[in-house]
Amino acid sequence: MSEARKSVAIVIAGSGGTGAITAGSALIAAAARDGHYGLMTKLSGAQVRGGEAAALLEIGSAADGGAIEAQPDRFDCLIALDWQDVHRFAPEIPLDRSSIIVCDPKNGAVPDAIARSGARVVELPIAQIAASVEGGRLNMVGFGIAAELAGLGEAAVDEAIRAMIGGKGEKAVTASIGASAAGRAAFAATGVSMALAPGKKAERWMCSGNEAVGLGALRGGITFVAAYPITPATEITEWLAVQMQEHGGRVVLAEDEIAAINMCCGSSFGGAPTMTITSGPGLALKVETIGLAIAAEIPMVIVDVMRVGPSTGVPTKSDQGDLDIALHGTPGDAPRVVIAPISIADCAATTERAVHLAEALQTPVMLLSDQSIGQTQTIIDIPTDRPAPLKRLTTPFATGADFRRYALTDSGVSPMPPPGVPDCQWVADGLSHAESGHPSNSAANHVAQLEKRLRKLDRFDFGDTWGEVFGPADATMALLAFGSSVGPAKVAAARLTAAGTPTRVVALRLLAPVQKAKLAAALAGVKRTIVVEQNHSAQLWRHLRGEKALPHGCESFARPGPAPFRAAEIVAHILREVAA
Amino acid sequence: MTIHEQPHACPQQLTLKDFKSTVEPIWCSGCGDFGVLQALQRALAELGRPPHEVVVVSGIGCSSRLPAYTTAYGFHGVHGRALPVATGLKLARPDLEVITVGGDGDGYSIGGNHFLHAARRNVDLTYIVMDNRVYGMTKGQPSPTTEADWDSDAAPGGTGVKPFSPLAIALAAGANFVARGFALDVKPLAAMIVEAIRHPGFSFVEILSPCITFRPDEMEWKKSVARGVIQPTTDRAQATATVLSDTEMMTGIFFKGDRGTYRPAPTGHGDPEKIAAQFRIGGSAHMPSEEAEGCCG
Repeated sequence: MSEARKSVAIVIAGSGGTGAITAGSALIAAAARDGHYGLMTKLSGAQVRGGEAAALLEIGSAADGGAIEAQPDRFDCLIALDWQDVHRFAPEIPLDRSSIIVCDPKNGAVPDAIARSGARVVELPIAQIAASVEGGRLNMVGFGIAAELAGLGEAAVDEAIRAMIGGKGEKAVTASIGASAAGRAAFAATGVSMALAPGKKAERWMCSGNEAVGLGALRGGITFVAAYPITPATEITEWLAVQMQEHGGRVVLAEDEIAAINMCCGSSFGGAPTMTITSGPGLALKVETIGLAIAAEIPMVIVDVMRVGPSTGVPTKSDQGDLDIALHGTPGDAPRVVIAPISIADCAATTERAVHLAEALQTPVMLLSDQSIGQTQTIIDIPTDRPAPLKRLTTPFATGADFRRYALTDSGVSPMPPPGVPDCQWVADGLSHAESGHPSNSAANHVAQLEKRLRKLDRFDFGDTWGEVFGPADATMALLAFGSSVGPAKVAAARLTAAGTPTRVVALRLLAPVQKAKLAAALAGVKRTIVVEQNHSAQLWRHLRGEKALPHGCESFARPGPAPFRAAEIVAHILREVAA
Repeated sequence: MTIHEQPHACPQQLTLKDFKSTVEPIWCSGCGDFGVLQALQRALAELGRPPHEVVVVSGIGCSSRLPAYTTAYGFHGVHGRALPVATGLKLARPDLEVITVGGDGDGYSIGGNHFLHAARRNVDLTYIVMDNRVYGMTKGQPSPTTEADWDSDAAPGGTGVKPFSPLAIALAAGANFVARGFALDVKPLAAMIVEAIRHPGFSFVEILSPCITFRPDEMEWKKSVARGVIQPTTDRAQATATVLSDTEMMTGIFFKGDRGTYRPAPTGHGDPEKIAAQFRIGGSAHMPSEEAEGCCG
């Protein structure tokens, strides 16, 4: 029996239909009810249905006692409901000699790919235990084993089951509670425990980044969504479609990606705060219309949940390789706002902010999420910071012949009355236009409107939106990251600090326009800066270098998906570079 | 201003001039699109909706320049995507009169997918296609309605590809009103457009609009158009049979259906904090806390 610990990392795996993911969902919900934080990643085989599946969890708290924001370096325990094809996940489930593998001897030997980790095998007759309970299922036995290992309370376990499957009736609840209790009892008898220190019970949020983006959209005032299905972004569309039944608003499933963004142009032109949702290949299809929306000054939020590319890539795995297309994808000169949540906890507020920015600046705002942020389930403290609302300028300065949709104002923002307002009729146009909105080939008009659109972004006060700084004030080293790279960078920085190199993390939220003064202040006093990002071509590093926003000698650590970033990898890279 | 609550203006006495803008068309003299513009202006005057309650949406091409030539609100978007723009607009603002215009290349080729789905979706829109069977703005390439043997630089000797029937496609995809007009028959065309706009759901009006610059042979259309031979039907199969037996030169209303239009948006409580409460876990109860209530304001 070991000491009470801060966190425990557990994998529940099995073939399709065994319900490994359901067991993981129950485990994270039970942990939340016992006052713990948690993070759950789901793995599934390439099959559309019925492939192997695994729930990868860490529950407890991070080293600082707060929410867990990164995948663990290694797992303490793998619970195998069966072995069919589970070995395919071996590279994503790092185990070592201090880990244990709980499995049913009836399913045969531990596959080599997993056994060679040296983890200790704890055999339990999982199938027999499940069969001993009427209606008992393997996955609930697995859940019970995991709950016992982590030392979760019986009440939390039973409540989690009830909340999850209560809708299926009392018989199903009884069977699941019985199976989990049998699993707990059987595992307790092995004498193995990795029990967590008691959690601090508090009301928290349990959600994924995709769900939190959906909430941020509603809070921002989105009333119209048009989208086409694409992994890993579809969940946002589905979540909003369901929620809008109660909340109000509309989700239209468009015939294609291009239709989706053009529907958004129409609804936004009509006055509705509008959003489209996609991933890399869909974003590529939308770029022509992004240029239109920038030129015609049509507000909208474009969510891109990034996955491994190019082309179809690895649709279910995270990568940060869409930054280039988000920043620059469109013919001609089309400056835009690109914003990225720095954590799952930041998704709701950043999405809400994205809606405000789009409306206030009358321009598309690219919201760059990624698969890791989007599809990871987490327990977090309830975010309390909400951005102050900003609205679209719709009241005309003058009407009739004097109305000018694209008036050259100091702020660059000009009135955008929606159809229905008398004496302000204007035509939104992708053609270069005069202040009136009428098509114009004149160089003077073209340049004046280009500068107007750039001025909107340059003169706007983005305030605290630019990013966040984490870590010691006396830091000599900084890790600069965005999106899902921030979490592992924070864990790495804490370890480097503990090891004697005070290290901070500069988490960039506003990727464009770059807020150079804010970034320079965040890097003040730092001798060594490393841009950490999950793509092959160092897109963030190149972007910031191009903007002359990085100190001389700033290093790049860019590594593509699909393998998730882990803190140990970042630390090892940094120490290796020092040694070299 | 709460735009969604603006009262509908009562039909008022309007004339063609109320819809005529000061922007000079770029069209060639003799272009059929002038006739369509005039017919549309007449139709809008007849309908009595003031210009600020009307939006004309288009894509790219000669005919897609039309929105700026009216006094209505307008949206001149990218090539082929007028129907999705119009769809989003009409769904967000059902109070507006939304009319989509464009050409055969814009609507049947690059935008072909949207044509199918707009007909299928049956949002209350009117779609006017000025079909001249050629790409005019790019100076004379064959479109999906160009005859297979029409010679051009882009396809010497012809494409060898059979043109398709836009009306048959519209009927098959579910359009609720299908008609063909002729650009130079301005008065009957205006009446046809009025009927199309008044008919609920997706109304499709294909207009033979000659391009005398790149298709001088289309000057013959004045003679070859078969007028007054079509009787509208509510039977889709019968309308389809008529369309398929047609020489693509008969004008009139082929079909008036009674499909229900696209469903309205759900209205709800509009309070995101009620939704946010679903994320809450581990608290004393499954009710939104006081803090959550506080966030609502």
